[in-house]
Amino acid sequence: MAEAHPVGFQWVMEAKARGATVIHVDPRYTRTSALADMHVPIRAGSDIAFLGGLINYVLTHDAHFEEYVKAYTNAPMILRDDFADTEDLDGLFSGYDHESGSYDVRSWQYQGAEVEASAGKRDETGASVEQVIDERLQTASGSEQAGSGGAPMRGTPDRDGTLQHPRCVFQVLKRHYSRYTPEMVAKVCGTPPEQFERVARELVTNSGRERTSAFAYAVGWTHHTVGVQYIRCASVLQALLGNIGRPGGGIMALRGHASIQGSTDIPTLYNILPGYIPMPHAHREQDLASFVAADSGEKGFWGNMDAYTVSLLRSWFGDAATADNDYCFDHLPRLTGDHGTFQTVMDQIDGIVKGYFVIGENPAVGTANSKQQRLGLANLDWLVVRDLNMIETATFWSDGPEITTGEMATERIGTEVFFLPAAAHTEKDGTFTNTQRLLQWHHKAVEPSGDARSDLWFYYHLGRRIRAKLAASTEARDRPVRDLVWDYPTVSSPTRPEIDEPSAAAVLREINGTGPDGAALSTYTQLRNDGSTRCGCWIYCGVYAGEVNQAARRKPGSEQSWVAPEWGWAWPLNRRILYNRASADPDGNAWSQRKAYIRWDAEAGKWVGPDVPDFEATKPPDYVPPEGAKAQDAIGGDEPFIMQADGRAWLYAPAGLVDGPLPAHYEPEESPVRNALYGWQSNPARQQYKRPENPYHPVDGHPGSDVFPYVFTTFRVTEHHTAGGMSRWTPHLSELQPEMFLEISPELAAERGLEHRGWATVVTARSAIEGRVLVTDRAKPLRLDGRVIHQIGIPWHWGPNGLTTGDAANELLGVSLDPNVHIMETKASTCDIRPGRRPRGPELVTYVADYRRRAGLEAGLEERS
Amino acid sequence: MVGDEGRDEGVGVRSWIARWPVYRQLTGDDGLGRGAAARSPRTEALQARTETADREVKSICPFCAVGCAQRVFVKDEQVTQIEGDPDSPVSRGRLCPRGSSSLSLVTSPTREQKIRYRRPYGTEWGDLDLDTAMDMIADRVIETRANSWQHTDELGRHLHRTMGIASLGGATLDNEENYLMKKLYTALGAVQVENQARI
Repeated sequence: MAEAHPVGFQWVMEAKARGATVIHVDPRYTRTSALADMHVPIRAGSDIAFLGGLINYVLTHDAHFEEYVKAYTNAPMILRDDFADTEDLDGLFSGYDHESGSYDVRSWQYQGAEVEASAGKRDETGASVEQVIDERLQTASGSEQAGSGGAPMRGTPDRDGTLQHPRCVFQVLKRHYSRYTPEMVAKVCGTPPEQFERVARELVTNSGRERTSAFAYAVGWTHHTVGVQYIRCASVLQALLGNIGRPGGGIMALRGHASIQGSTDIPTLYNILPGYIPMPHAHREQDLASFVAADSGEKGFWGNMDAYTVSLLRSWFGDAATADNDYCFDHLPRLTGDHGTFQTVMDQIDGIVKGYFVIGENPAVGTANSKQQRLGLANLDWLVVRDLNMIETATFWSDGPEITTGEMATERIGTEVFFLPAAAHTEKDGTFTNTQRLLQWHHKAVEPSGDARSDLWFYYHLGRRIRAKLAASTEARDRPVRDLVWDYPTVSSPTRPEIDEPSAAAVLREINGTGPDGAALSTYTQLRNDGSTRCGCWIYCGVYAGEVNQAARRKPGSEQSWVAPEWGWAWPLNRRILYNRASADPDGNAWSQRKAYIRWDAEAGKWVGPDVPDFEATKPPDYVPPEGAKAQDAIGGDEPFIMQADGRAWLYAPAGLVDGPLPAHYEPEESPVRNALYGWQSNPARQQYKRPENPYHPVDGHPGSDVFPYVFTTFRVTEHHTAGGMSRWTPHLSELQPEMFLEISPELAAERGLEHRGWATVVTARSAIEGRVLVTDRAKPLRLDGRVIHQIGIPWHWGPNGLTTGDAANELLGVSLDPNVHIMETKASTCDIRPGRRPRGPELVTYVADYRRRAGLEAGLEERS
Repeated sequence: MVGDEGRDEGVGVRSWIARWPVYRQLTGDDGLGRGAAARSPRTEALQARTETADREVKSICPFCAVGCAQRVFVKDEQVTQIEGDPDSPVSRGRLCPRGSSSLSLVTSPTREQKIRYRRPYGTEWGDLDLDTAMDMIADRVIETRANSWQHTDELGRHLHRTMGIASLGGATLDNEENYLMKKLYTALGAVQVENQARI
């Protein structure tokens, strides 16, 4: 965190100054470790074993926050009797189909209640709603919908308030994690037991009524074939400890791009619409009503999904969207499976995708298995790249690695390339949504120069041109384009009168939504399903309340409370801590004065505190939903998790995930060890792509696995940003971190004959890259189960273009995905390392092929294990 | 102005010597030579770019997702300085090395100013004017979409889409830009719309 989010880390240091204990668990000793109370080394890819160990510690020491767990989590829920755990099946859950490599998840549900998969992909298969309800559970869920809803549910699950029933979640949890002992943690993670126990002690001592603990993570947790389960594991732990919805608690995702949260909320993602409404999947004769019925929950705020969806369709298709035509629901294209970026690139290689827009990204060096990315780029009809600098994605045809090796020839690449210079943040108005859901407006300072334009300009004018060209079309497919509301006001500055810049404020106002009178709405509870309201993203409703751009508010932090509610605007409804009803006990009183936040003021008849209550403001703690209540009315006054179908935090996920209802440790796709916990080596439901350009290393113990004996993990440094598109062209940053390097321990240096500041080559079955050797005591070999495991740290900022150049770490990685969210594993893989520079030209191809041959990979692809 | 201003020594050797920093360091209050003794007329004439700016514009750092607030200073319609904004309860005026490099990011001479165009099978970049490029891209979208349109699948299920056009990007852009992208792509029937959140 000190490396990649240094300014955010000041708050960790502030907490430390006030007495907080800071623990850094990381394969690498970094600037964060240097400032923490303790650095805990861990083998890359083993965090579920570590977190599972902590869960086991909490449960075996009765250190959970009992009242919180009983009242606010699903610990009492009873599971179906046909559910089988990894304990029963040596690493599998019930319902696994060996042939397809996927789960039938029905047996994971609660007894007595039918739970539905979470938003994003519930509605994937089947011809009727009944079939949808039955089958939607089987398909990968869109877990990007974090923050906006759990899985819908019908019926009332059976419960045991005493938590003693052998099939209640609490007992299942205890049994599931019973084998995650400190000794097992040492064996899997390489973390010494005394160090692990100190972490466990600190965590439980600093949780409960009087104290809270927080977790912060970044892609070191998500870039795994079990990435979603890493986060689930932390959620289970934090829910057990009562650290959710309370000040100083929570699980903080430290996201890496200025608006990566915003581009998930208002998604440039295939599987969701704005506000985490799922994209519809292909069905025969499916209408809006069945889409909503299949997806929305009976209980909780997802119960109003029809109002959110109709308001979205009204803001997109305007007056063309009427009740008679189902609000143009059929204008929406339909999904038929995984259309994520990796599938898309493979479809480019296979000739299905012809045209590609790349906007402020640099996949030619920034995405795992970069060669696969470039093979895709080289097989397009046309490519549009918009960026500040001439990045590798725009120049692959002229100087990409395959041109040098002779695997591609410029004159044989048919891709037509348009490079369009982009405007910088200082050259446009707009909002970024930061990692804590805070929308902050940035004002345009100057006009862009030359041909540089904002992306708002590009898309608005591209749409305008396409609409003009199709204005007279009678084709059915062009109807949505013609019906589109696309009339944003433009402004021209005196210095650049030729730039017709669309008003970003007008777009934000459309996102906010308007009522029947055309005035800006102030809350999403005003949205209706009758077409009378419009809203481009329901969770952002209120950002333009009172016709004021709330995201542009800048009341100095020193002039307001510590929550600072008048700086920017956080979704939803300016709430700064989600689920903050949980900061009070079931009766509505603060758990403790020390940790008071939101509480029920009986006299005033409302929830009060320094933040906006994440609860209906006047719903009393003793509210009991009447029989047959729907949506938020079905949430009781003592159920803080208002987006969840059962109002509770989930220790066990009865739906919504495709690879297990409880996190279990599996080894990465490529690992130097066998799974010590189960017979199953890796996530049984992970997505593999066995293609010539994407070979996987042999699993430990199989012939050839010793060819790639070391672990490597990719990382960031403070002075560069992501794949370098914004930092490798900057003189100051290039001077601060001028060269690609490989961080290794003195022990590994001795084992392989590597010299500090000399060159080394890292090899995988995909490619070989070189870098300067950095031998430091920060890198330490791990001892686990009698073996020594070496880990190599590889920064991923470099590429061939810019002021500072070097090989890209992503060349090394294969593509193997988490099945829930289709995100790749970059944080733990295997490799070899040798002294000296890598071969040049065609010799590089031969060099890597030779490694593949030695690993037995030229003959055939490894079987799933 | 020099350190001993106020004394009426007149012009001449003494005044010349008094301009010499080491003399002032030895005779004045600034024994370490890190304050007044080291100042020269040039120092005194220097003005911070923040003081000479025509205006200050409130902004947000474009790198990571912490969302540090920035003050952007403009003179003669050029960005001349970018600093942290102490008003921000998020960042309290601080910027990291990346955020501090924002000025060189936005004023860098390496930034491309012109459209570059590479013909199919071409070996060099060529030029295009913006209007022509926009028109060509619009034509490519329309043509690819028409050629790859899927109305229904083999089971007769409503698809209403093109699998011929894909997009990657959004995490570095504004919410408003993401909104127009998703809206336009969806109306065009393009579903393979992705960004760094998947990567």
